[in-house]
Amino acid sequence: MKRLIPVLLLVAVLPAGSQTSVPEIAFDSVVNPLNFPTSITLGEAAGVATNSKGDVFVYTRTGHPTISLGTSRPFAHGGSRLFQFDKTGKYVREIGKDSYAFLVAQQVRVDPQDNIWVVDQMSSMVIKFNPEGRVELLLGRKSESEQVPARPLDAPAGRAGRGPAGAGQQSDIFQRPTDVAWDAAGNIYVSDGLGNSRIAKFDKNGKFVKSWGSRGSAQSQFNKINGIAIDAQGNVYAADAGNKRIQIFDGEGNFKTQIENVGAPAALCLTPGPRQVLYSSNSNPPEDIDNDGEIFKLSLDGKILGKFGKAGKLPKEFGTVNAIDCRRENELYVGELGNWRVQKLTLH
Amino acid sequence: MRNYLVLCGFLLLSTGNVIAEKAKATNVPEIPYDSVPNLLKLPANLYLGEAMGVATNSKGHIFVYTRSADTRLFEFDQKGNYVREIGEGNYGFEFAHSVRVDPDDNIWAVDEGTNMVIKFNPAGKVVMVIGHRPDVVAGALATTNAPPPPAGKYILGRPTDVAWDPQGNIFVSDGYVNNRVVKYDKNGRFLAQAGSEKAGNGPEQFSLPHGIAVDLKGNVYVADRSNHRLQVFDNNLKFKTSYDNIGDSWTVCVSPGPHQYLFTSNSNPNGNAPGTWDTSGEIYKMELDGTILGRFGHAGKQLGGFQVVHMMDCRNPNEIFVAEIESWRVQKLLLKSQTGGGSK
Repeated sequence: MKRLIPVLLLVAVLPAGSQTSVPEIAFDSVVNPLNFPTSITLGEAAGVATNSKGDVFVYTRTGHPTISLGTSRPFAHGGSRLFQFDKTGKYVREIGKDSYAFLVAQQVRVDPQDNIWVVDQMSSMVIKFNPEGRVELLLGRKSESEQVPARPLDAPAGRAGRGPAGAGQQSDIFQRPTDVAWDAAGNIYVSDGLGNSRIAKFDKNGKFVKSWGSRGSAQSQFNKINGIAIDAQGNVYAADAGNKRIQIFDGEGNFKTQIENVGAPAALCLTPGPRQVLYSSNSNPPEDIDNDGEIFKLSLDGKILGKFGKAGKLPKEFGTVNAIDCRRENELYVGELGNWRVQKLTLH
Repeated sequence: MRNYLVLCGFLLLSTGNVIAEKAKATNVPEIPYDSVPNLLKLPANLYLGEAMGVATNSKGHIFVYTRSADTRLFEFDQKGNYVREIGEGNYGFEFAHSVRVDPDDNIWAVDEGTNMVIKFNPAGKVVMVIGHRPDVVAGALATTNAPPPPAGKYILGRPTDVAWDPQGNIFVSDGYVNNRVVKYDKNGRFLAQAGSEKAGNGPEQFSLPHGIAVDLKGNVYVADRSNHRLQVFDNNLKFKTSYDNIGDSWTVCVSPGPHQYLFTSNSNPNGNAPGTWDTSGEIYKMELDGTILGRFGHAGKQLGGFQVVHMMDCRNPNEIFVAEIESWRVQKLLLKSQTGGGSK
C-alpha cells in the first residue's frame, strides 16, 4: 500500500480537470412521463431504469418504514415500492409488493437479460427480480431488528452498525449500499456505499469474490460512493461523491485513473453500444437549490463533452438527481429525490 | 379574575415566556352563529382523527387534513359528501398540520412530521414540494433540548402553514423548530425570511409562528401563538404592526374580498386546564387594520363549541370552517348579521 502513494501523486488528472469552458447541451424535458394510478403518489424517485423493451422501472420512497413492536424486537417494514411502466408511460404493475426488504429505496437497474435489480439503503439488500418479477437472487440480509432511536448512520458494520463484528468488508453484509452493476461475464459489483466505503464483487451466482476500498480521500479510498457503472471492457466507474471525483478501476479493483471537475458525482450511467459515453450528475444537496445540479456528459477518457440542467423545481431543472438511465444516448430518464418526480430528457 | 390570573401563571410557565399576558379587548360584540349539523358524510370505516387543517376551493369543496392512524387528506363536496382521498400513503404525509387551497384550486398540505409543504394540482397530483424530509434511514429525529441549527433556506423545521400573495409568491410559517416566516417565489426559490431559528418576542421575532395569511395588497399576517399576538408584515417581510388584544393567535384567515376581513382564533389550549374554557376559545372578526368587529364561539365539546380550533377557512366571511384538534371534527359556522360597531 505504501508503494502506491507516490503513484497517486504522479497520476495525471484527466483532461476534464483542465477544461475551462464546458459546452451546454440543449435539451427538452417531459415531466412525470409515467402515469401513476390515482391511488399511488410518487415520492422521492430514488431509482429509475429501462429494460430492453423500453419499459420503465421506478423504485421510490413512498410512505415510510413502519416500526412494529414485536415481542422481542422492534422491526421495520414498508416504505418503498417498485413500479413498472411501458415505454409510453402506461402503468403496468407493481413488483415486490410488501417485500421484506423494501424500506428506503436507493436504486434500480436492469441488466442485459432484463432482470430488475433493486438496492435498498436501509435493509442493506440487493434483490434480483427476474423479468417476470420473481425474486431470483439476494445479496445481503435485512437486520432482524431496528433500534429506536436509530443507530448512528455512519457507524461501521460490527460496531454500532449492522452485522457481526468484522462484517461488512469481506462478505455480503452491506452498510447502506447504493448501486449495482455487472461486467460482461455477469459478475456483480455493489457499491457499499454510504455506511461502508468499498466496492464488493460477486460472481454471477452471488458468491463473494473480493472487495476493495476504505474510508478516506486517498486513491482507492472513498467518501460516500453514490453509484457505480461498468464499461464494455469491464472497467468500474465509482461515483466518489464526498471526494468529488469518479475513480476508475479494472475489474480486479486496481486503480486506473480518476476524473475530477465534475462536482460531486451522485448518479452515474454508461450508455451501451460500441461508442460508450458516461453521464454523471453533480446533484445539489436538498438544502440548496441555488447551486449545482448539472449533469455532465463525458467520453470514457474523461473528456467533458458537455453539460445540461441546473438545480431547481421547474421542468428542465433538477432536484437532487439520484438516478440516470441512458440506455439511449440522447433519451435519458432522471429520478429526483428533491422534486419527487421522473423527467424524460431529450438531448439535442 | 382569580381564574384569569391562574391562567396567566399557567401560560407563563407553560410557554417559558417572560412577557406579560396581554389584555384582551373588552366589550366586543358577539356574532351569533349556527353550526351545520352532520356536515361531513364519511363512508363506513373511514374516520377523522384530529382535524388539523380545513380549506375550501372555488367550487366549495372541502379539504380536511387529519391525523388518523396515518395522516390523510380527504376531499368532500360542498354538501359534505365524500369525494376522494388525495395523496394516499405519500412520502410527505406523517403528521398533519395544515391544508390550504390557492386561488387556482391547487391544494397545499403542510406536514410538521416530514417538514414538507406539498402542492397538489386540482387533480390531486403532486406538482411541487418545498422542504426535504430527513432521510428515514437516519431514524427518529433526536428530540433534545439543544438549540436548533441555523435555519436553512430550503430546510423547514416543523412548518405550520402556507399562504400566497396575488403574484403567487409562497409564504411559509416555520414553525415549531424554527421561529420564522419564509418567502419563496412561485417556483419555490427562496427570497426572504423574517425571524430565525431562535424564538423571541421583539418585532420580527416569533415564538411559535403557527398560522399565516396574506391579503390582496401582499401584507402578511402571522399567528405568533406563544407571543400572544398577531404580527403584520409587508410583502418583503418587514414588520408593520402587531395586534395583541386577541389572546393567543393560533390561526389566521383573510377572506378574499374585495372587502377583506381578518379572522384569528384564541383557541382554548390542549388539555382543558381549569379555567381555560372561561377565558379562551373565541374567534375574532377584524378589519385588516386591527379593528375588532366582533367575536364568536366558545370552548366546548358539543356542536357549536370549539375544542382547540387548529385551522380555519374564511373563503366566505359569513361561512367559517373550523378544524378542531380535540373533537376530531370540522364545523361549518353560519354567521348571522350583527348589530353594533367595533372596538379597537
